[in-house]
Parts: sequence; structure tokens; C-alpha cells
Amino acid sequence: MTRVCTSADEAVEGIADGSTVLVGGFGTAGMPFELIYALIRQGARDLTVVANNAGNGDTGLAALLKAGRVRKVVCSFPRQTDSWVFDELYRAGKIELELVPQGNLAERLRAAGAGIGGFYTRTGVGTLLAEGKETREIDGRTYVLEFPLAADVALIKAHTADTLGNLVYRKTARNFNPVMATAATTTIAQVRHVVEPGALDPEAVVTPGIYVDRIVQVPS
Amino acid sequence: MSVASWSIVEHTGRGPLGRDEMARVLARDIPRGAYVNLGIGQPTTVADHLPPDSGVILHTENGMLGMGPAATGDEIDPDLINAGKIPVTELPGAAYFHHADSFAMMRGGHLDLCVLGAYQVSASGDLANWHTGEPGAIPAVGGAMDLAVGAKRVFVLMSLFTRTGEPKLVQECSYPLTALRCVDRIYTDHATFEITGGDRVLVRETWGISFHELRSRLDVPLAAAAP
Repeated sequence: MTRVCTSADEAVEGIADGSTVLVGGFGTAGMPFELIYALIRQGARDLTVVANNAGNGDTGLAALLKAGRVRKVVCSFPRQTDSWVFDELYRAGKIELELVPQGNLAERLRAAGAGIGGFYTRTGVGTLLAEGKETREIDGRTYVLEFPLAADVALIKAHTADTLGNLVYRKTARNFNPVMATAATTTIAQVRHVVEPGALDPEAVVTPGIYVDRIVQVPS
Repeated sequence: MSVASWSIVEHTGRGPLGRDEMARVLARDIPRGAYVNLGIGQPTTVADHLPPDSGVILHTENGMLGMGPAATGDEIDPDLINAGKIPVTELPGAAYFHHADSFAMMRGGHLDLCVLGAYQVSASGDLANWHTGEPGAIPAVGGAMDLAVGAKRVFVLMSLFTRTGEPKLVQECSYPLTALRCVDRIYTDHATFEITGGDRVLVRETWGISFHELRSRLDVPLAAAAP
């Protein structure tokens, strides 16, 4: 059952210290800024954050890092022109990095959400990022074994939700959000609009409400 | 029988290609109607040189097919960006999808071609383009490893030499690898190469340098594309 929250602060209640938190978005497109700011106010620390990037500028995910709440980042592309918050923490040895190829990141999340115990992929074979991992020959090609990436919480952003938690997205702000919605024990979505059941075209729903625990309207 | 396109062409009466010219030469070789992913940085500029009737459909790994040119002015929409996080536009017939689908279509071999930059490519087609391995360097891989193994064909667009004159087409890569034996062609400022899987790298075309000079400057066995 999806709960419609009245504030971002209410939406992030109960996130525990030490949690693994998925944060949607690609750069700042589709990043749930208001949920991140609410998480900073909520105070959970020692977090492992899974996201595509490691924050931009001093806002959003970068602000969470800057507040010292994150122990480890699992991402594909931390280094950007405006990733100075992460860069400084990393160089000072104050944050751990697990670098994951972007497709492996997406598929590990998908596996976690779909009850798949692992998968063999050609991505990374023969590289530093597959060192020490199990490999297998399948039809004459080498594959490497990757495991699911499940989380305690997903913070995601969508465009419109109905009160049952069905979500639709907007353009490339969709990115990691739908797959992250499936991979966490508690999925929290910030949305621009909330509508009544029946107002969304069922054919157009991208994330069915079964995956969504809490929604909050943030009209940004 | 026409053999001209398969014989080496040497343009020695001019200098090496500029960046725009490199992108134009590569764009000329993209098949009509292909599904193509252009990597971030210089490969992105290949889109500017595709003929309007090319029918090429651009994929961006952050979840879109049918990507249009960079957005300007009122077109800029923070929800519509490319893999380099630059605002872009959508063309009629565009489609959006989430990241797992986007990489499934890449890793599942549905993209005809990707164009990537590189630090080094080896004679057998190994690619190094994600990490210098230098102390203090922060590694970032993005979708490079997925693209390199997933696209049906991989074209590399790069300068042939580093700023200090070291060849980037090498016998064995010294930088950390992105993927093994994945590169099909290399488009550079001095020459276009084809990795054949044989013991020689084929030279298709040269600019500002002859095949023989090229052979003296590179430490890999080369063959001139022949009729």
C-alpha cells in the first residue's frame, strides 16, 4: 500500500544509520533533490549511496556527501567537471568508491528487483573491474559473474503519480528511477503531480504502484 | 569492378585532418539507417556531419532513441539531456526507456555501431579509454565497457599521437583496458585503420603522411588496403 506523504520530511522518516540508499538520476536529470535535502535534515549517517554519479556542484547528492553522511559510493561515473565535493573526499580518503560499469549497475539493480541471484555478462571481461570475479565460457565467449545490488531505501523522482503509487516519468529524467524503484525494501518517490486513480493511462504507467511505498508531491 | 574504395588512398599533399574533418570522415562511413551511439566528447560531434537524409537513429544510454541536435534557447529542458549531460532535443519518432532497458539493448547486440574516444588501441583491437591509472586519478567508467562489448561494431575516433608524440595505436595497451578485441576501425587525424583480427592492421586512407612514413612511426605491423 502506497502512502501519500504531506512533506519530504515525512517521506524520509525512519531511514536508519548504515542504510544502503539508491538515489535516482543521471547527473541532475531525475535526481530527487528535495528527498535528499530531507534526508540531510533527517540525519541518517554512515550511508552507502548507489547512484550513477557522485554529485554535481554543491547541490543534491553532493550536498549529502558534503554533510559527511556517506561512507561509500557505488557508481559508474564519479568524476565530472563539477564533482569537486566527491573528488576532495575521495582524495582525502574520507569516502570509499566502488566503481561499476553503468550497464552492470543497471542490471545488478534489475536483478535485485527481479529476484535473480546473479548474471553473467561480457561487460568488464579482462579489465580491472572484473579482477577476482568468477568467469565462465558460454557458447565460446567469456562472461563474468555479477551479483544483485539490493538496497534498504530508494529515493527516486517521477513526473506524475496517482495515489496508488503508479508512476510516469518525463523524457530522460526517467533513467535509473524505474529500476531503482524495484530494488529497495522501501521506495520513496517525489513527484511533480499527484492525481486520483484512473487519471493515468494504465498503458502508459512505467512503474506500477506495487514497487512504491511512499510518494510526496514536490511541485518543482 | 570497382576496387577504389578498398585500395589505400594517400593524401600526402596536405596536413593531417582537423577535429571537424576527422568527424566528417567517420560520419561518411556510418551506414544509412543505422542505430548508433556516439560517446561523450569528440565522438558526439560526428552527429553534426551526418547528412540530413542519413536515417541514422541516435541512441543515448541515459534512455533515448531518436536524439536530436543540442538544444538552444527555449528548447533547453533539464529533463532532456544526452550522456554527456548536455541539453538535447528529440526528433519525431523518439522513444524513452529506463536505464536497464537502455543497456539491455546495448549489451544485447541491438546497436549497429558505437563511436568511442580512446587513450590507446592495440593492434588486436583492445581498447583503453576509461582510466589513465595515474596516482590520484579518479577512475570513471560510465557506459564505456558496456558499449565496447555490446555494439555490433566499434569505431574509435582519436588523434594518432599523444601531445608528446607517442603513438596511440600500439602493440599492447599500457593503460587499463576497457574491453578486449572490440575495436573494428580507428579514425585518426593521420590515417584510418581497420582491425582485421589478422597479424596486420590495415591502413585504408592517410592524410599528410604516406603509408611508408606511417609504418616508420608506428610500432605495429601495417598493411596497405589493397584491391
